[in-house]
Amino acid sequence: MKRVEAIIRDEKLSGAKEALKALGVAGMTVTEVKGHGTQKGVTEVYRGRQYSVDLLPKIKIEAVVEDNDVKKVTDAICEVSRTGSIGDGKIFISNVEDVIRIRTGESGAKAV
Amino acid sequence: MRKFSYISILMMVFMVVASQTGWADDATLDTGDNAWILTCSALVLLMSPGLAFFYGGMCSVKNINNMIMMIFLCMAIISVQWVFWGYTLSFGPDYGHFIGGLGMAGLHGITPDSLSGTLSEYTFIAFQATFAIITLGLILGAVEGRMKFSACMVFIPLWATACYDPVCHWVWGGGWCADLGILDFAGGTVVHINSAAAALALCLMLGKRKNANIRPPANVPMIALGAGLLWFGWFGFNAGSELAADGRAAFAWVITNTAAASAAFTWIVCEWIHRGKPTLLGMASGAIAGLVCITPAAGFVGPLGAVQMGIMAGIGCYFACVKMKAAFGYDDALDVVGVHGVGGTIGAFATGLYCTKFVMGPDGVDGVFIGWGAEGFHQLGMQVVGFLATWAYAFAVTIVICFIVKYTTGLRTTQEAEDKGLDLSLHAEAAYHLETESTGTLK
Repeated sequence: MKRVEAIIRDEKLSGAKEALKALGVAGMTVTEVKGHGTQKGVTEVYRGRQYSVDLLPKIKIEAVVEDNDVKKVTDAICEVSRTGSIGDGKIFISNVEDVIRIRTGESGAKAV
Repeated sequence: MRKFSYISILMMVFMVVASQTGWADDATLDTGDNAWILTCSALVLLMSPGLAFFYGGMCSVKNINNMIMMIFLCMAIISVQWVFWGYTLSFGPDYGHFIGGLGMAGLHGITPDSLSGTLSEYTFIAFQATFAIITLGLILGAVEGRMKFSACMVFIPLWATACYDPVCHWVWGGGWCADLGILDFAGGTVVHINSAAAALALCLMLGKRKNANIRPPANVPMIALGAGLLWFGWFGFNAGSELAADGRAAFAWVITNTAAASAAFTWIVCEWIHRGKPTLLGMASGAIAGLVCITPAAGFVGPLGAVQMGIMAGIGCYFACVKMKAAFGYDDALDVVGVHGVGGTIGAFATGLYCTKFVMGPDGVDGVFIGWGAEGFHQLGMQVVGFLATWAYAFAVTIVICFIVKYTTGLRTTQEAEDKGLDLSLHAEAAYHLETESTGTLK
């Protein structure tokens, strides 16, 4: 099992959710985060004071999927989230040792 | 019997004569005037919490409680200071055209039957108390994030006594400004220039915050809410300064609103041209700048004067906030100098340009742009004398008070307190607990 952790633009969340639903991904966790990669910050002006904002709001979607589903999930997320400009985001894939369904106590692949 | 009817005829003759000369008029309570000014007292008092929200929303979220609390502290302290010695120093019998005496300390000698013009004297006391309260509140916008709360507790009564009460006496209590015919309808000098000069002195004595602690406004809708409450209360501030429920009060309402609207619009146009986008903070600030500017003039100028003064305030205060503060480098956190100082000065000056006998009556003055005559230039000169004297006096006295506070309670918080935010450091009280589950729980 793998954790797919995708950091995408705020406004791409609804598209990404739809895409994951269409693929049959059962669950996901969504967090509002701030950060940057190579994307430069922006300048905000409030009554003459300029503020450099280099931690930009993004959305993080985490989903745990079977190993052989990873490619189609990441392809789908990339397709809906890509704009071509710097700041589109990144996907990190890591191993998951185990998954437990709290309601039933099941573990392993059955619990994903 | 004959003696009785002789005396009663004499009394009737006296009353007829007295009513012609106006003696009898001044000696009676006008319930309309009294009701209006009591209402205005509530409106102006509401401006203090309104100011607290206006300033609070501009703070970093870690200082929001502290800012609002400092202004409530003004309500708590000045309400009592006014009764015990503030009122008498401001409005008591004159000493040297500088200050009133202490004869009415504790409101001694005043009863429910005492009158001030056509008002109960308590109505006048109440109304004027709210002006003293908000003047102190205005100063504190400059000190966000770095002033000790104990310092505030000492500063507030000292400043009211040494600075507000004398200047109030000069202009409204029969002091030298009134003698010179300086026009200040509702407090351009007494409230706005006075507090701005103090704010400048205080923020210079406090020093600047670290750049890392200067943050964007935490809650812009709260700023707009505060501005709305201020705009509403300002009708009490300006239209109430007529001290009567008459046509001139209603005219002052119209003039006040016109100037506020004109300045709000002008500010966002300036912003749009200068920065590319109009903002809500800009619109709220513009409205307040217009209200500040029209304050000395509300009962003296006409609608065209009001529109033009609003435009001057919109442009002048916009550039004061956006350029002047950065150029001079003082840390006036919430632009008290830029809005109240510059706006009040423009207003005091422009009163000499636009005052008109149309509003003031034949005993009034036609300003420079109205009468194009010598009396207008003379009035303009007097206006300049008034605002220069207020700037100088308030700045100097505030510096002295700052030294007193510095060497008693201390003026500035520690660097750690500033970094952590004053809500947690000075008050151990967070402004918000918006999470449902990860807050603290009952012990």
